[in-house]
Amino acid sequence: MKQNENIKSRRLFYNKVILFLSTLSAIVGLLFLIWILITLFLKGIDSINLSLFTKDLVDGGLRNLIFGQFIMAFLATLIGVPLGMIAGIYLREYGNGVYANIIRDLSDIMMSAPSIVIGTFVFILFVAPFGSINGWAGAIALAIMLIPIVVSTTDNMLSLVPKELREAGIALGASKHKVILDIVLRTVKIGLTTGILLAFARIIGETAPLLFTSGTNSFWTTDLNNAFPSLTVSIYNLANFPTDKARNLAWAASFILIVIVLLINLTGRFIIQKRRNK
Amino acid sequence: MLNKEFLFKKVAFSSATLILLILTSIFVMLFIYAKPAINEYGLNFLTDASWNKSVVIHNSTQNTLQAQQNKIDDDENDGSLFSDDNSILDEESDDISKNEDNIITKTIFGGYIPIVGTILSSLIAMVFAIPIALGIAVFLSEIAPDFLIKPVGIAIELLAAIPSIIYGMWGLFYFAPILQNIFGGSQMSLLTAGLVLGIMVIPFMAAITRDAMNTTPDVLKESAYALGATKFEVVKDVIFPYAKVGIIGSIILSLGRALGETMAVAFLIGSVFKIPHHLTDPTISIPIVLANNFGEATKDMMGAIFYLTFILFIFSFLVIGIAKFYFLRGRR
Repeated sequence: MKQNENIKSRRLFYNKVILFLSTLSAIVGLLFLIWILITLFLKGIDSINLSLFTKDLVDGGLRNLIFGQFIMAFLATLIGVPLGMIAGIYLREYGNGVYANIIRDLSDIMMSAPSIVIGTFVFILFVAPFGSINGWAGAIALAIMLIPIVVSTTDNMLSLVPKELREAGIALGASKHKVILDIVLRTVKIGLTTGILLAFARIIGETAPLLFTSGTNSFWTTDLNNAFPSLTVSIYNLANFPTDKARNLAWAASFILIVIVLLINLTGRFIIQKRRNK
Repeated sequence: MLNKEFLFKKVAFSSATLILLILTSIFVMLFIYAKPAINEYGLNFLTDASWNKSVVIHNSTQNTLQAQQNKIDDDENDGSLFSDDNSILDEESDDISKNEDNIITKTIFGGYIPIVGTILSSLIAMVFAIPIALGIAVFLSEIAPDFLIKPVGIAIELLAAIPSIIYGMWGLFYFAPILQNIFGGSQMSLLTAGLVLGIMVIPFMAAITRDAMNTTPDVLKESAYALGATKFEVVKDVIFPYAKVGIIGSIILSLGRALGETMAVAFLIGSVFKIPHHLTDPTISIPIVLANNFGEATKDMMGAIFYLTFILFIFSFLVIGIAKFYFLRGRR
């Protein structure tokens, strides 16, 4: 009896210790992350002002950089979303068998591939032959980052659509692609939009794939055939610059970037939430 | 009608094939561009610690002999972790160029330092991140009161979305000085880079390990609780064994992410081609070699850089592939 009591108290003791450690590590982890966010917000609010949005980098503002980053991310979305969606549709609706599974695995691997390697690859194909870094190359590098994310979102979303819905469509005499485009895709419209929003949020904060492809540009430009302004690449350059002015600009740029990324993410979550509550 | 259907299917098939095409052409292109360096250095590249180092080769018949001699010197120099004098060779070559006439110098490259730097910084990140990420995952799946599960979960996912360059900047201006105060040594070091990399990986790792743990059926957990098991025992004897494969997969996947990470490390690792003898020594990793030198490098150096990129690509492809194929298959 005594021994049983001992075992019991020991078990309870271990339990307490481990639960404590686990909670502690959760707190430590979260504290680090909160620390980062708070620094960023304090530093950002400190160095942000309206003129940042009306001047270009040459005059100490960020206007052209924000514009350039958005343009490249939008172009990447225009290229990557249709390709990724159709590829995802193929995997779920047409592909059944080894080939589709291989593509699915490769797409998953591509999603985690080092982004700087993708930058290097795009450099070889779209920068080296033209002799100059250019905005198109930046957009293409981001599109390559985007495609596997969209593939996996589409694939997952389509797997949620009940088979009966497709059968009903086919039974009415619609061809398969009609069923997919007009019925299946329509039911997952919101989920897909959210997925694309989150994917957009992810590529707009990328730096490494842009380093050798778009580079960055201090001046206002809409010419995608030359070095193109990029917010993230400029943050990298500015933070390396040893003056307070450059550093403050880097903090302001980071602040703007994080606000953009978090806003898009929260919007995505809000859309999902709203649909669930319906 | 039939034609449209046929066309749509073809387009869909081609888009899916595009993924295969992109990955194969990354492999092929990197290989082609790395080929000159691969031909020149072969596998010795992996163990050679000289980077951008001038080596003297004679213009005459002694050519190969001298090159070999230098090679041996190099190996001796860099084989041991604790010989940090790399200048011997340079001085020697200066002497020789003064004494003899028909001499050409040649710059040689080896990938040992960035390869070691990449692996070590990722390992430090893992050692730091695994316990904390597991702690967060266990906290979220078993310990946290209901009202905390959702907000903490969302916070973790949002933090995983923060661009890596922001971790890098924070590390540079806030974390590095503090670490230096505690551990001494250089502000930019293997340790700083590894820890910031770890902090960056934590939310990602925590989110996917939590997902893996959540696949444990409630019935199993409830049976264990009904038998009088404590929470720790449920985690240890029910959840971990059940989700083991998924948890290991998540950790390896995070390692794959850490290996190729550029921006979080770029400011912090010190960017010098030196073998680190202590955790607080500066060194360099493969992505940073690229970020710093790409485009502005000489032709020889570009070859070596492409060789490094090729190695990084293969290595992370294997690591991520193992995680996905072996551990995370069937989780979708």
